[in-house]
Amino acid sequence: MSATVRDAGAGLSRRTLLTVGAAAGGGLLLGVGRAAAAGTAFQPNAYVSIAPSGQVSLIAKVPEIGQGVRTSLAMLIAEELEVDLADVSVVTAGDDMARYGLQLAGGSATIRLNYQAMRQAGAVGRVMLVEAAAKTWGVAASECAARGGKVTHTPSGRSLGYGALTAAAAQLTAPDPNTVALKDPAAFRVIGKPQPNVDNAAIVKGEPLFGIDFVLPGMLYAAYEKCGVFGGRPKSANLDEVRAMPGVKHAFIVDGDGDIDSLGGGGVAVVADSWWRAQKARRALKVTWDMDAAPDQDSARWEAMAKDLGPKTPAHILNARGDAAGALKSAAKVVEASYAYPFLAHATMEPQNCTALVKDGKVEIWAPLQGAYRARPQLKKICGAADKDITIHYLRCGGGFGRRGASDFVAEAAKISQMAGAPVKLVWTREDDIRHDFYRPGGWHNFKAGLDANGRLTAFTDHFVTFGRGEKFAPWADMEGDEHPGGVVDHLQYGYSLIPLNAPTGTWRAPRSNALAFAMQSFTDELAHAAGRDPLAFQLELLTPSRKLPRMPSDLPAIYLAPGMDTGRMAAIVKLVAERAGWGRKLEAGRGLGLAHWYSHFGYFAEVADVSVGADGVVKVNKVWVVGDVGGPIVNPAGADQQVKGAVIDGLSAALGQAITLEQGRVAQGNFNDYPLLRITDAPDIDVHFHVTDNPPTGLGEPALPPVAAAVCNAIFAAGGGRRRTLPLNPARTG
Amino acid sequence: MAYRLKVNGERRTVDAEGDTPLLWALRDELDLKGSKFGCGMAQCGACTVHLDGQAVRSCSIPIEAVKDAPITTIEGVGASAIGRTVQAAWIAADVAQCGYCQAGQIMSASALLASNPSPSDAEIDAAMAGNLCRCGAYLRIRAAIKLAASKLGGAK
Repeated sequence: MSATVRDAGAGLSRRTLLTVGAAAGGGLLLGVGRAAAAGTAFQPNAYVSIAPSGQVSLIAKVPEIGQGVRTSLAMLIAEELEVDLADVSVVTAGDDMARYGLQLAGGSATIRLNYQAMRQAGAVGRVMLVEAAAKTWGVAASECAARGGKVTHTPSGRSLGYGALTAAAAQLTAPDPNTVALKDPAAFRVIGKPQPNVDNAAIVKGEPLFGIDFVLPGMLYAAYEKCGVFGGRPKSANLDEVRAMPGVKHAFIVDGDGDIDSLGGGGVAVVADSWWRAQKARRALKVTWDMDAAPDQDSARWEAMAKDLGPKTPAHILNARGDAAGALKSAAKVVEASYAYPFLAHATMEPQNCTALVKDGKVEIWAPLQGAYRARPQLKKICGAADKDITIHYLRCGGGFGRRGASDFVAEAAKISQMAGAPVKLVWTREDDIRHDFYRPGGWHNFKAGLDANGRLTAFTDHFVTFGRGEKFAPWADMEGDEHPGGVVDHLQYGYSLIPLNAPTGTWRAPRSNALAFAMQSFTDELAHAAGRDPLAFQLELLTPSRKLPRMPSDLPAIYLAPGMDTGRMAAIVKLVAERAGWGRKLEAGRGLGLAHWYSHFGYFAEVADVSVGADGVVKVNKVWVVGDVGGPIVNPAGADQQVKGAVIDGLSAALGQAITLEQGRVAQGNFNDYPLLRITDAPDIDVHFHVTDNPPTGLGEPALPPVAAAVCNAIFAAGGGRRRTLPLNPARTG
Repeated sequence: MAYRLKVNGERRTVDAEGDTPLLWALRDELDLKGSKFGCGMAQCGACTVHLDGQAVRSCSIPIEAVKDAPITTIEGVGASAIGRTVQAAWIAADVAQCGYCQAGQIMSASALLASNPSPSDAEIDAAMAGNLCRCGAYLRIRAAIKLAASKLGGAK
């Protein structure tokens, strides 16, 4: 077996990895570095390792979920280290936040938080290698230059490869990364130049890179049945019958812990010598469930409750400024509308899975995770293990989209391994995945706005009907008190009412913004038309004059705490996208252009959609223009282009076809036949442009997504297809 | 019972029940992990392999139905000029984001080019409609297929 599990072990063959991993019982990733440090490799810091052979390994501290961090983080280091990306191997770090700081594929935060630090890591290495060469030659370091993995003494033309300098460099004291000289961006050779995905060659050959591909010697496979009603607990099951089925080694009830981020209500595990046998035996399970009646956990009931609540006074006020009620009374025109969007599932292409080895008080996990900040505490609790006895390897994720920060599948695999007394790979089916997700919560916005005689916005109110647990918002079912245009209108009232929810909710690509932008930017377009004005002019007026809006106090996690919107930055890209799309041009009947923008995750995005509406009302998106301002430089233009196009297609997928509905407490959908993803046949042309500014660079996994649904709905209106206020637009095609 | 399968030009023995989907026989019995599990009901195409040269969804074909038909997986597709060219085009067009669906995409694309060396846009879309990409790499998938077609001499 020559294939490597690249995400888990640098350049080690899979068998070596497994042997070492099993023998050491953990710490393998650190082992790569530490073992090397004990030898003659040069390791100036946690991110760079250069073997005497000249082999350069760069550590990607953040898990890879398709956002391209194995490429972009390596680029930042390689730029300053003066090595070519093609000559390095990239190693994804294991979970060790004491060593690496925040390790999270989330919040579009990786580039923002690591742009400087990774350059510094590379620069420290370069400075030391140059110094080592200068010492070797007895010349001044200032006469030496590093490039392409070697140091050259410019006056004499002598050069030494990095491998030959490792021993000498290892003797030197590392300079302070905070003051080390970084390259002048004008001299960048890697950053800002399109770099192909470093894993392309392995991907096209089908190498076993992903979590689901991982194998441990002697490993068993688990399928796991949970109650379709959230929180339901197994009471009894025909375990003996199932144990007698081919290949089945264990069948047992796993007790729950009541924590939906952990074991929840528990379930029934079937462990066999192959996954298919486990799954087949699982299908023969007859389980009696103990469940709290959940008839109120039902989408049709929620719909009725929201309709009832909408016109009433909000139960809570989020933000009030001026005199919204008075301003509405004195407005020349009042516009009212209600918008609705459904729950969404993540449906990562790779179903949730986890390989766990829980033995002798030690826990080792191999999983496609976006981060272990939730999994690690759960493992401590479930397995009774100390922090130092828990090792978590980040394997490549077949998509993340916010699903894989959760720890439910990790907790389950660990518990099953512990109970089976064997290494176990748990693999969920697609149905498990869609029916046991942390959903993007649905919601309803009931807007009222006042326009003056000149068609200017004077008052804006929203009664947001959303979901809660008790008096608190359900996770990610909230909004801020200054969601645009809340920050720019004189008379404002944002209030909300909560519908009790027991289904799990969580982060879904561009959490909150993915839904709020649809409602807010659609209604803003509606206001422009009500005022008899061009939506572009109306939107720009709200962003004028150029100013930096204050940010309201927020309960958001720190990584999401962006400064308030700079309306000038947004206005600039709104103008630019309108220009690129040919805003204002005439289109044939049944076709229109729609504009929307949104600021999220520190990124500014404006989009125009060109949409046709068929006689049957079916919406076809012909083209989308995108202009983004995520500062500068764009670290990897090739990856950035992918993230934006992917976000647009993801946003279209959801807006056009996706809805998760609950019927009597159970999710009604189960697979791609009733929860459709956009297919290639519906993928529009997408024009991507980055408006590079002097602002520090920020991430791209999320902020291009929020505007697209509103841009499409606004285009539908322009096409004569009416105002669409409910998603999805083309109801799910089943079958 | 034991089934003799012809996989990537080699005879391989799989000791499993006859209703075992080809996908799981490939992945867990033969340790060929390139074909991916995505839906289990021929909805997503992540498990696509060639059976007798045709692109099929291996999650929905029991091994007892395979008989003597030669199977090509992503691990073996590079043995043919078309497969190799499609893989190279996928690299040149820098298609992959997470990469999970790409083995299935490449298998569908190489089957398409084997039967239609110069597919039109509509023909590409029709042939690839069964392969989902959750990352939304569709535009680069189209570009890569066109690139491969041109390298193979069939481009318009």
